[in-house]
Amino acid sequence: MGAVRTPIDRRRLVLLCAAVLACTGVLAQEPPTSAPFISRGRGFDEQGGAALYANVCAACHQPDGRGAVGAAAYPALAGNKNLASADYLTSLLFNGLRGMPPLGRMMSDAQVADVINYVRTHFGTSYDDPISAADVKAARP
Amino acid sequence: MSDAASPPLTRRNLLTLIGASAGGTAMYQAMTSLGFAAESPYRGPIKLEGDPKGASVVILGAGLAGMTAAFELGRAGYKVRILEYNNRAGGRNWSLRGGDAYTELGGATQHCTFDDGLYLNPGPWRIPYHHYALLDYCRRFGVTLEPFIQLNHNAFLHSSKAFGGRPQRIREIKADFEGAIAELLAKATRQGALDDAVSKDDQAILIEALRAHGGLDKDFRYVASDESAEFRGYAKDPGGGLGAAPVNGEPIGMHDILTSRLWQGLQNFLSYDFQTTMFQPVGGMGRIGEAFARQLPNAIRYGAKVTGIRQDERGVTVAFEDLARDGTIEEARADWCVCALPLTILSQLPVEVSAPMKAAIDAVPYSSSVKFGLQFRRRFWEEDEHIFGGISYTDLPIRHISYPSAGYNSGGKGVLLGGYIWNGPNAYEFTAMSPAERIARALDDGAQIHPQYRSEFETGISVAWHRAPFTLGCAGEWTEETRRDHYDNLCQIDGRIVLAGEHASYIPAWQEGAILSALDAIARLHKRVVAA
Ligand SMILES: Cc1cc2nc3c(=O)[nH]c(=O)nc-3n(C[C@H](O)[C@H](O)[C@H](O)COP(=O)(O)OP(=O)(O)OC[C@H]3O[C@@H](n4cnc5c(N)ncnc54)[C@H](O)[C@@H]3O)c2cc1C
Ligand code: HEC
Repeated sequence: MGAVRTPIDRRRLVLLCAAVLACTGVLAQEPPTSAPFISRGRGFDEQGGAALYANVCAACHQPDGRGAVGAAAYPALAGNKNLASADYLTSLLFNGLRGMPPLGRMMSDAQVADVINYVRTHFGTSYDDPISAADVKAARP
Repeated sequence: MSDAASPPLTRRNLLTLIGASAGGTAMYQAMTSLGFAAESPYRGPIKLEGDPKGASVVILGAGLAGMTAAFELGRAGYKVRILEYNNRAGGRNWSLRGGDAYTELGGATQHCTFDDGLYLNPGPWRIPYHHYALLDYCRRFGVTLEPFIQLNHNAFLHSSKAFGGRPQRIREIKADFEGAIAELLAKATRQGALDDAVSKDDQAILIEALRAHGGLDKDFRYVASDESAEFRGYAKDPGGGLGAAPVNGEPIGMHDILTSRLWQGLQNFLSYDFQTTMFQPVGGMGRIGEAFARQLPNAIRYGAKVTGIRQDERGVTVAFEDLARDGTIEEARADWCVCALPLTILSQLPVEVSAPMKAAIDAVPYSSSVKFGLQFRRRFWEEDEHIFGGISYTDLPIRHISYPSAGYNSGGKGVLLGGYIWNGPNAYEFTAMSPAERIARALDDGAQIHPQYRSEFETGISVAWHRAPFTLGCAGEWTEETRRDHYDNLCQIDGRIVLAGEHASYIPAWQEGAILSALDAIARLHKRVVAA
């Protein structure tokens, strides 16, 4: 937190609306677009938070964000208090955390911002402080 | 050797002495007659001498590391028992056969409907000849091996962006690439470009070697000729009777090979880990885990999910859920603990170890990998394309197609490894797909190389390792930095706990690493026990 925010652009406006709608319960659990996608190069080619979530994060956290339990667990993102900090998520994506690989290293700054903004406004949470690609760029190790 | 003190006369020191006094040739002869030229970290069955006086060890995980520890400690007189999450032994050492069911994280269950005798090795599938410890256990436990074909000159190298997407025979790319290099180097040598670097006498020998190795003709050209055909094969093979003369084929040009990048595929056959001879167990890699488990009757508690590890000065207490009884919590107490759980799992458990060891446990992410097994009603790769075993490499997302190294020329059905993806975006993307989507995609890709896929496919199964409930990943992924900061801390004995597994080795993602790590861990543990 505390990084300088970019002025409101259209994408942020959409996110804000989505957040507001989610709060009022109109936009209940929008399912992530789940059309399978295959990237061509060394980085992820998916564009937009929904596609990134469905083809990357959902591999472990599951399409509905509820996680999965086996000999150990993929934690649920739905209702996860750690989503409160976008900066924490940025660091998580670049450095990984134990069993979670540093997936942000295979994404552009805009993609990292998109997927973070996506998870923070879905799965029952609706934080209204989206992170920008510039913030992400500043945090990239 | 820089060691100035006079060391005891070991085999190695003896060799050093011979080397110093008699020169290289004598040294080499001595080495070969003493039985080794490269020093292996494996020295035959471990001998744990001294009485453990009834000490008990609880071992976590019945993978190859855990079972190696249990078998050898049991032999040395320890009371051992293993807690294992799955209802089978072996861990990543595993084969899927007809009748098996596999439920991945997320809940999707796949039923394997392969015919009798056919299988997929979802994890380990090949064994290098220099994995001596693993080979030794196979011999001791009666696991029959057969050759695993890594290099088949008649399999394909394929790029969707080169040669109009048509797969090329490894044999032709290899011969033509090496032939073109030989021609260039011969030309440069004969034009004097190497005069500064190579003496005239050596140049003569070099040219002779290039001609022989490269398949060059008498004018040092790599062209359609009897010489090149000996390496690249023929446009029309020699036959019998009338019209039987062979026809030499036109080599693929250097430019086309370079820009196709198919030469990259050749590296898969050159490196130490993949040089012939490689092996596989007859009937599936899972035969090894099954054989280890037979050596440990009654020692393995299945369906036991470890949830926490505590220790004090006198012993270790492991909490686990009995999965057959709705997760009822039980505890196991022992003097010592060999923990052979994957780090993806151990890092999430409450474990009483020192801060440096905990940091090490948390420091290693796991690679991502996906494999597919596809059963076809006809062995078309053998019948139509004369590919018997081996691997085709492609730039398509499936990356590999591997042909079975058994049951050749039998005319029946067969199971191909229809894809093997290791890291990169595609590994996660395939993991995110449903099992049905994965198979559909593997068929689309594979049909670009073998159009017979469309008509001959029967059934398939896939394993995405980040969805494997018992590992949550493929294998430990170390970097130079994490090795430097954490590896030694990971391998130390911490109070009464020592870790083992492929992640605690310098041969990660190989079964040999799991076994060598277990042998090293129990040797150190045993020393401590008998010294006490
Ligand atoms: C795709 C792939 C390809 C590979 N290819 C090769 C190859 O060609 N050749 C080769 O030699 N090696 C290969 N490997 C590597 C090889 O499989 C491993 O190095 C080796 O099997 C690891 O053995 P291990 O005992 O360290 O771990 P594992 O086999 O993972 O054993 C750990 C055990 O712990 C159990 N466990 C986990 N959590 C708990 C819990 N909470 N409580 C109780 N038990 C638990 C697991 O069920 C498992 O049985 C490959 C691996 C993969 C995934
Ligand atoms: C390969 C599996 C995997 C993938 C893919 C994955 N994660 Fe995770 N994630 C994990 C694991 C394992 C943890 C738990 C780490 C721990 O606490 O030990 C985790 C934890 C988290 C947490 C919680 C962190 C905390 O402190 O509680 C968040 C948030 C998260 N992941 C977000 C994401 C996002 C966003 C993506 C997609 C860009 C993603 N993950 C992709 C495995 C994965």
